[in-house]
Amino acid sequence: MKNILGREVPQGFKAFNGSSEYKKVQFNRISKKKTSDGVIMLDSYADLFDKLGITDGMTLSFHHHLRNGDYVLDEVCKEIKKRDLKNMGFAPSSIFPNYSSMVELIENGNITSISTDYANGPVAAAISNGKLKDLFVMYTHGGRPVAIESGDLRIDVAILAVPTVDKNGNGTGEIGKSACGSLGYAVSDLMYADKVVLVTDNLVDSIEEPFLDGKYVDYVLKVDAIGDPAGIVSGTTKITKDPVGLKIARLAAAALDKIGLIKDGVSMQTGAGGTSLAVASFVKKMMQERGIKGSFASGGITGYFTDMLEEGLFDELYDVQCFDLSAVQSIAKNKNHHGMSGSRYASCFDDNVVDKLDFVILGATEIDLDFNVNVTTDSHGLIMGGSGGHSDTAHGAFVTVITTNLIKSRMPIIKEKVTTVTTPGEDVDILVTERGIAVNPKRQDILDKLSKSGLPVCTIEELLEKAYEITGTPSKPVQSKEPVGVVVYRDGTVIDTIYKI
Amino acid sequence: MKIGVCGSLESNDALITVKPSEKQEIVIKSIVYDFFHEQIEQVIKDTLKEVNKENLSVLCEDKGALDYTIKSRLLTAIKRMEEK
Repeated sequence: MKNILGREVPQGFKAFNGSSEYKKVQFNRISKKKTSDGVIMLDSYADLFDKLGITDGMTLSFHHHLRNGDYVLDEVCKEIKKRDLKNMGFAPSSIFPNYSSMVELIENGNITSISTDYANGPVAAAISNGKLKDLFVMYTHGGRPVAIESGDLRIDVAILAVPTVDKNGNGTGEIGKSACGSLGYAVSDLMYADKVVLVTDNLVDSIEEPFLDGKYVDYVLKVDAIGDPAGIVSGTTKITKDPVGLKIARLAAAALDKIGLIKDGVSMQTGAGGTSLAVASFVKKMMQERGIKGSFASGGITGYFTDMLEEGLFDELYDVQCFDLSAVQSIAKNKNHHGMSGSRYASCFDDNVVDKLDFVILGATEIDLDFNVNVTTDSHGLIMGGSGGHSDTAHGAFVTVITTNLIKSRMPIIKEKVTTVTTPGEDVDILVTERGIAVNPKRQDILDKLSKSGLPVCTIEELLEKAYEITGTPSKPVQSKEPVGVVVYRDGTVIDTIYKI
Repeated sequence: MKIGVCGSLESNDALITVKPSEKQEIVIKSIVYDFFHEQIEQVIKDTLKEVNKENLSVLCEDKGALDYTIKSRLLTAIKRMEEK
């Protein structure tokens, strides 16, 4: 079966039929988990497996807020290996390079099914090489809560690393030696898993304003360390110094201005990449010069946005995940820097934040002549990313801007067809490169404003030609037809299939 | 053995190593091999022909260099080989 974009949909999955189709769907939530009376303390990972009766075929979930510093998933892997449990399902909200202990378990059939929102590193490579028994399922950050709350993704045990936990099982990420700030991606797991364990290295008597409600928590495991602070947050996230990146950022900011988006009450989101932050810096400058005050910024939050909050350039920050130390410090001290759940951030069946965005700045590994964007695989088809919030914010924001170099290491970023569709072209409005700006013909309103602006506007076909003039025309490698995974759009339908390489 | 080396393994560059050989030997290792190896081979062959040094062994370790970069790295590598 093929979906509306002509992409293959494996049997047993629903086909993507457009980014607004969710509006026609009656969404039914399964009931939340039973609340518990008090928590049971555990004394080791072995104890956790014994008391919870973790056995063959169960699905365990994790969040990725400790990112490349996470110890908990690795400890769970060790226990599975020791017990030689088989056919386990893993549902971490993202997969980072340091989750490498999963690889051996995948190869030995201990882990046979995996779902996540983003995957990078050895686990992603093993899956691309066809090592996982079941099809790998890649959600969006808004789609994962939808899958959990609808019962598509059933979690037997959520094992949640939490930097500070109190005696009643309440939790927060804002304090403790392993502080990571917001714990947005743990919320659906907390409320809908069969059983919930919090793993912490900072057990306290009580927490004033917990982010995670202890009434859903069954067990607490105290360990020496849940993670390595150096890997949890990157020291600083910086604006690019690359002149090409700066040129792209300057063009993008100018385009936003010409469209009329730099105004009082503006709401925005950018990624944490150097070019995205550079766009934010040019927007910030305009806001300062003109005395403009924005309403909110959202997403994964960086120090760049906490500075803008503290300077009064935004009323609020909505933070699903802190990217750096400044963001962690800000969420602990600034009242108007709010943590939010993945569902509140981006679920199409929730009153979400992304729908209220004026604009979002996103990247692309590939973008095609239909404006479809790939951030899931590289041009060989190797899994090296995933939507995260890409397709959620692209759909929600009034204007979606993709910033990218026209060419990276000889590879033209514009393709006739992207290798893998992550975000459908119908939700992508403007492509900004160092050699010109292309507007999606579906957005005549934007095209009208930009074509008279003096900015270098051209068609995406013209940009592709410019790229080919420089690089030569790339040959098209033959792709395998053996599926290893699916890209699930935010409404639970399949937008594309990922193939073995 | 006379060899000549030029370039780097940085993104958008290529490291080219040349040495005398009985016949032409071209080895290409490239991060964009699947997409551009024919073009890379062509620019190397054309350049060797242009300077009349067709019997050389050329190793091109490419990190996404454009044709003019490959050509200039190759020319300098040959020059360095001959200076030794």
